[in-house]
Amino acid sequence: MNSIKPYVMVTGALFVLLVITVGAAYVNLGAFNTPVAMLISLSKASLIVLFFMHVRHSNPLIHIFVLVGFFWLGIMLTLSLSDFLTRHP
Amino acid sequence: MNAIATPQAPPQPPSHEPSYLAVENTVRSWLLTTDHKRIGILYMISITLFFLVGGAAATLMRLNLLTPQGALVTSTTYNKLFTIHGVIMVWFFLIPSVPTVIGNFVLPMMLGARDVAFPRLNLASWYLFIGGGAFALWAIIAGGVDTGWTFYTPYSSTYANGHVIAMATGIFIAGFGSIATGLNFIVTVHKMRAPGLTWHRLPLFVWSMYSTSVILVLATPVLAITLVLMALERAFGIGIFDPAIGGDPLLFQHLFWFYSHPAVYIMILPGMGVVSEIIACFSRKAVFGYYFVAYSSVAIAVLGFVVWGHHMFVSSQSIYAGMVFSILSFLVSIPSAIKVFNWTATLYRGSIWFQTPFLYVLGFIGLFTIGGLTGLFLAALAVDVHLTDTYFVIAHFHYIMVGGMVMAYLGGLHYWWPKISGRMYPELLAKLSALFIFAGFNLTFFPQFILGYLGMPRRYHAYAPEFQVLNVLSTAGASILAIGYFLPLAYFLWSLRYGKVAGPNPWQATGLEWTTESPPPEHNFTVVPIVTEPPYAYDPVAAEEALAAKREQREPAYVR
Amino acid sequence: MSAESPVAHQFEDAAQQREAATLGMWVFLATEVLFFGAMFLGYTVYRLKYPEVFRMASEHTIIVIGTINTGILLLSSFTMVLAVRAAEFKRRMALIAFLSVTALFGIAFLVLKGFEYAHEINEGLFPGSHFQFTEADPYTARMFFYLYFLMTGVHALHVTIGVIMLVIFALRAMLTLKLERLSTAVDLLGLYWHFVDIVWVFLFPLIYLVDRHS
Repeated sequence: MNSIKPYVMVTGALFVLLVITVGAAYVNLGAFNTPVAMLISLSKASLIVLFFMHVRHSNPLIHIFVLVGFFWLGIMLTLSLSDFLTRHP
Repeated sequence: MNAIATPQAPPQPPSHEPSYLAVENTVRSWLLTTDHKRIGILYMISITLFFLVGGAAATLMRLNLLTPQGALVTSTTYNKLFTIHGVIMVWFFLIPSVPTVIGNFVLPMMLGARDVAFPRLNLASWYLFIGGGAFALWAIIAGGVDTGWTFYTPYSSTYANGHVIAMATGIFIAGFGSIATGLNFIVTVHKMRAPGLTWHRLPLFVWSMYSTSVILVLATPVLAITLVLMALERAFGIGIFDPAIGGDPLLFQHLFWFYSHPAVYIMILPGMGVVSEIIACFSRKAVFGYYFVAYSSVAIAVLGFVVWGHHMFVSSQSIYAGMVFSILSFLVSIPSAIKVFNWTATLYRGSIWFQTPFLYVLGFIGLFTIGGLTGLFLAALAVDVHLTDTYFVIAHFHYIMVGGMVMAYLGGLHYWWPKISGRMYPELLAKLSALFIFAGFNLTFFPQFILGYLGMPRRYHAYAPEFQVLNVLSTAGASILAIGYFLPLAYFLWSLRYGKVAGPNPWQATGLEWTTESPPPEHNFTVVPIVTEPPYAYDPVAAEEALAAKREQREPAYVR
Repeated sequence: MSAESPVAHQFEDAAQQREAATLGMWVFLATEVLFFGAMFLGYTVYRLKYPEVFRMASEHTIIVIGTINTGILLLSSFTMVLAVRAAEFKRRMALIAFLSVTALFGIAFLVLKGFEYAHEINEGLFPGSHFQFTEADPYTARMFFYLYFLMTGVHALHVTIGVIMLVIFALRAMLTLKLERLSTAVDLLGLYWHFVDIVWVFLFPLIYLVDRHS
């Protein structure tokens, strides 16, 4: 990686996504506003992880530990919400 | 067949360095050490002291329960006693026990490494542990806490008396010590293995320590932030748990058990690793189904994270979530059962050698099985409604924690004591104390299953008169158990000076930690070992033949 | 091993040491994900429980500062990555410059965040005894602002630690003779800094962009 061009492009993409996420918040997407916002955040995070944190070129072990944190967070959110979302009023 | 099996790695050439114990013996050299072996010793001394504190609280509780109206203490004091017992035993004895003492001492040696990956972080872990412990002890001395070790909100955050925040701070700080230890072990296992030591050649203790470490780093941060939220709510009256200010107290329980259920596996997985090592050595046979035992550790670590809701069946948690958690809880029994079956199968056609560590392991297998099976009762939604918060639960988890983990810890201490100290403990006395512990334990806790089934609730200082006989039996058992615990404390200290010199490998065990001297030199190995074989290259047939030969007085040696 | 050796005694070589340190950082970041994750769970639960109040409360946050701050952190990640690159190629001046610029971005973020906090405290939105919110149930609105101050506060604490480390590393880059010792450390600091950025990337829409359209 001798060129800084990929970094510039990723930064540019991140700013485009920032503009989109702010803009999307002012458009009424019904129930989809928050999912869209989260999806954009997820893309931004993926760009940062893959390019800025060099995970794209890392060994599989690092990939596993990147995923482990988010997978366990997913366990926590899913199973907790399985309670909060299915309670009888 | 050759009477002596090929060693897994040749014994190390004699080291001309002094042993890790003899390198330098100033207080400063111990308090600033980065040697994993010395840090293990520091932990051993500290958790023994905490065990005495937690044990004293248990003793007072058992004495109080001799009579139905409570023989000794008021209800408030009793509440503080079971909180002290719970907090100290969980966070300051059981969680650190096998990982920080035996894990610190033998894990790097099992890997053929000179030390853990981050020795200074390892020392920092101990200081965090001690710092946290100081807060906890201060909270106890200043007047105690009466919330129970679970700190349920809004009681803990609004109504409880006592030094909740100090106690939570202690656990918070000690938690970072746990995280640092887990991180260190994960990196050590990944990056510090000797040449040739592939994952499938790792001793099963390493697999279990690795799985434990994964739980430590992923669960403990959740406990840390949860305790912070609870403490903020208590200090400032603002928070997210108290229903009076719009919160949901079950959120606390979800977060707390997201940590504390996996923490149960932090308190048993390392013990399972110890059992695998000892059972192979004393039946002179490779552990049956190595892959199943190894991967069941990983499976327990993962599945342990998806069952926490079974602590909340009667908490007004959604019934649908309850069903999901109930099914998932049944799932986690599978890898645990795999281990028990495989250990039992290891014994079959082995050449069994009844030494003290092996007695502890047999105790572990039986008691863990009882503890595990009664766990299935509690995982069943309908049965749990009857048994929740009764002595049945107390008996169940003490069969796992004390019958399982403490047995394994003591078994491991006896097994590696020659390596740690260079001396043998007195075998006869050790066997006697193992029997005391086994008998005392069962007499203490088996009556509690019956008490709980009959409906005696936990955490009360008084009880209905019809429960007295079983309670007196339980207290009697606890006295025997106490004798059993004091004996090793005495004879281990005695053996430091008067014990028989052990030599590098008194059990003729496989494993890299046995190729080096006892006690090991500061950097463990004089040459980097090269591993060419799977672990547990024992030969039961050769061992039996050697034993027969010994009986006929032809050859005195006991070979592996 | 001699005391001057850049490889610590427990490692065989520099590569092993570097890999161990990098893996250690990633394991630490996994810990951090769960640490922040617990707060995100709290946020999610109450957002689902009180969607309307959260929307009204969110309108009181200053979206301009939030957006500018997001941009600042994204830019700081860019300069951080250039600092890591400079360390890798042993370019001392570039390393010092990019570390300093990253630190300045971090400070700018904190200053703006401070202005925002001050504004909110003046408005009576700090969830203390002077909290006032007239449009909806004050207890529920207070929940939003409690989570807001908690999560952004813990995040700001992480930024502060990052800034301090950046300054220390810039000074080390000026003083040390051997840049290769610093290379791994700068790399790890970069991972940490990007992680803190990622946390903000998720915080930003959850705090500032709650159904702004209505």
